Amino acid sequence: MSDTEQRRRLRFEIFRYNPEDENSEPHMDVFELEEAPFMTLYIALNQIREKQDPGLQFDFACRSAICGSCGMMVNGRPALACRTLTADLPETIQLYPLPTFKLVGDLSVDTGTWFREMAEKTEAWIHERLPFDPDAVEDRMSDDVAAAIYEGDRCIECGCCVASCGLANVDEDFLAGAGLNRVARFMMDPRDGRSDADWFDVVAGEQGVFACIGMMACADVCPKELPLLDVYAYLRRRTLGARFVAKADKAG
Amino acid sequence: MTSRLVTTDVLVIGGGLAGERCAIEAAAAGHEAVILSLVPPRRSHSCAAQGGMQASLANCAKAAGDNPTVHFLDTVRGSDWGADQEVATIFAEEAPTAVRELAHFGVPWSRVRGGKNHYFIKGEEVDIDEALESDGLIGQRDFGGTAKWRACYAAAGTGHAALYAVDSEVVRLGITVRDRAEAVALLHDGSRCVGAVVRDLRNGSHFAVMAKATVIATGGYGRIYGQYTSNATINEGTGASIALDTGVVPLGNMEAVQFHPTTLSPSGILVTEGCRGDGGYLLDKNGDRFMVEAEPEKQELASRDVVSRHMQQRMRDGFGIDSPYGPHLWLDIRHLGEEHLRTKLLEVWDICRDFVGRNPAKELIPVRPTQHYSMGGVRVNKDGQAYGLSGLFAVGEASCWDMHGFNRLGGNSLSETLVSGRIVGRRVAEFASGNALKADTGLAFAALADAERKAADWRARTGAGPNVYEIRDAMGETMMHKVGIFRNGDELQEAVGELGQLLDDCDHAVLRCKDPGVNPELAFALRLKGMLRLAMTVAKGALARTESRGAHYRTDYPLRNDAEWLNRTLVRWGANDSDPTLSYEPTGIIDLPPGHRGYGSDERIEMTDTLEHHNEDVLQEQARHGRLASTEEMGSRLRRGAWKAVTG
Repeated sequence: MSDTEQRRRLRFEIFRYNPEDENSEPHMDVFELEEAPFMTLYIALNQIREKQDPGLQFDFACRSAICGSCGMMVNGRPALACRTLTADLPETIQLYPLPTFKLVGDLSVDTGTWFREMAEKTEAWIHERLPFDPDAVEDRMSDDVAAAIYEGDRCIECGCCVASCGLANVDEDFLAGAGLNRVARFMMDPRDGRSDADWFDVVAGEQGVFACIGMMACADVCPKELPLLDVYAYLRRRTLGARFVAKADKAG
Repeated sequence: MTSRLVTTDVLVIGGGLAGERCAIEAAAAGHEAVILSLVPPRRSHSCAAQGGMQASLANCAKAAGDNPTVHFLDTVRGSDWGADQEVATIFAEEAPTAVRELAHFGVPWSRVRGGKNHYFIKGEEVDIDEALESDGLIGQRDFGGTAKWRACYAAAGTGHAALYAVDSEVVRLGITVRDRAEAVALLHDGSRCVGAVVRDLRNGSHFAVMAKATVIATGGYGRIYGQYTSNATINEGTGASIALDTGVVPLGNMEAVQFHPTTLSPSGILVTEGCRGDGGYLLDKNGDRFMVEAEPEKQELASRDVVSRHMQQRMRDGFGIDSPYGPHLWLDIRHLGEEHLRTKLLEVWDICRDFVGRNPAKELIPVRPTQHYSMGGVRVNKDGQAYGLSGLFAVGEASCWDMHGFNRLGGNSLSETLVSGRIVGRRVAEFASGNALKADTGLAFAALADAERKAADWRARTGAGPNVYEIRDAMGETMMHKVGIFRNGDELQEAVGELGQLLDDCDHAVLRCKDPGVNPELAFALRLKGMLRLAMTVAKGALARTESRGAHYRTDYPLRNDAEWLNRTLVRWGANDSDPTLSYEPTGIIDLPPGHRGYGSDERIEMTDTLEHHNEDVLQEQARHGRLASTEEMGSRLRRGAWKAVTG
């Protein structure tokens, strides 16, 4: 959009509720502002807060789509607000907080607690084989393996996949895309000492990959375009393999 | 609802890499640690570090011959001799262990591929055989201001990968993290720090944490440059600010502010130095690679201060590309090819697509220098113990340890967070073992009441006063345009006047939001005065320093002056004092004599004192300026003369 073109007047319909204010009731507020070139929702929301309603709550930190703070429902779809250009949206823009997370206020939700609990539940850390030896040269790893782990490590825990998940919206224990991806990331890491059998309960339980109902909205909305379909397939194959192994062990 | 008074062994303020690594060390030693973080810790700004983490592993062909001594030399030269040379020595020696420890924590470092590799070096395409016996070791890429390839990396998401790995250790150890919590004042009696008063950003309430040891790890203060920064919105210098408020803890070298050469125009979003390290060019409006003539030896890979100045000058000379947001230059990485960009520089690919709608394999990237890093911060000794206040520590960007001096090398801060986190964490743990909790509840409740009164005062103000966001924007304009890349006495004097006016405005500003609970306008208003005070220390430090050193460049004093300014600025400014007090301490014991950096200007005013004489009273002088005793004697880790083996 050039400076000389007619600029659009954008209409924002924003969910409002302040749980700390006993007079506050959930409702929608309407704000209007003139669109500017390369305007993102980060720019627009800050403009609304600074010029129109200083009480408006939302979260941003890096404003470059890497920290995962600003997930919200943009016209019905979970998205990172900082990288969403208004030019890609119609004149009316409806914003809601992400569902499945506890509301802090307005568009701000508590993703921190959800992800910490997920990390504890899945023990999302390297289960070391040996303690760290500060004097030793690093263990070798092929660059291809490193690249594959990095691909899984790219998740920024924004919560868009969780919010988009049909199951996570009704079952708060479901690991959802981010949780399953995290499990797969450690499962494929040769430095992690857990065996497939150790993983079985995490992956195959009611919260795990077989509970997924396969609508794959997670893959559609992931701002990092993580290959979640491949991730779930990987988890299923590894888990079933583990089951056969477990049976064979018993039989033996 | 939380209790209004919480006790713990170690309180860490800040959940980025430095704070978390420090907390891990304390927890591993058996102490209870509590981390406060403005955001869930994985959203801390450490996650934005892209291109690499410096450590002299010497695994790839272009890193051959690298070692901690070469890394030390590069770091001190990069600092323009502003660094503490003992700290730079310790840092360079321990960086390889810190990188390998991250591998142990799970970071998927890019690895060396043995056999033929295709690289771009100084504009040339070259094939280099990586040794087959190096296959699978942690790889390195080139960065600015270094003699060897030394930056270990995970694509262009190195900080992200490191932060996730370190945070997973925090979870494993069961360390308590209180996110959406901001320390707003330190608890102290003028000589001993015993914790902090905290604002709960989930509901606007306050509580106090009393601890044996308190660590400031809040990162930089880039947001005092308003929108002209690559920093996250949370980098408002809250930790440095509450340390300054004590009046007894000095901040060091606040005028040493780094401007990163390549941030996106106009948003200021970082585009990693790894782009130039991997062979990218800077172009002006005529498509000329102006850095080749400006810096024949290092070209685009001179240090950041030098490259930023050449870029700014190029734009001032009319060779920038005009835009509605002012001029910019181009970063060209097209020749690196789509496959390289979508693997080794994936995050750059994403950022270009998302924020300027460009395909960097086919199109140029609009860039300009923007505030990026705070070399200055809470002045600490080599243990991370703050000057003037026992039991208070600082680590990472929030601190002035001081290994960066007046210019930090790219990739050295990511290393610093882990190396200093390990070292300072150990000292914090020792302190917590040797000192009982000083539970002076009277002190805590008085400080709590004071914090609550401040919030209530803001709410009570009425009438038509100035707006806090307008004050913030005016501060940013003043800082970028008068305390920026090129500085001079007249403009700095104007900046001091304008910031003084803004401080006055801040005292009369009025909130328009009186909502209970989170109230984002109030939360920001409570930080604003501290930000203005930090800005003032930067401006006053810059005005007083009548020389040019590293990122501090005075057009009216263009030479580095080792005769008069081979020192570190200290500034103290109690919350109730009208003006800051500047003083100067020696940078530290000097082993590598001041000389040419190998890039930038070779002109300078030479030191008149002998090194022997200079070094004689460094210890006493620093102690006189508030340095507390370190566990090991000052200077004990210096490798005197080791650099001679490298420089010949």
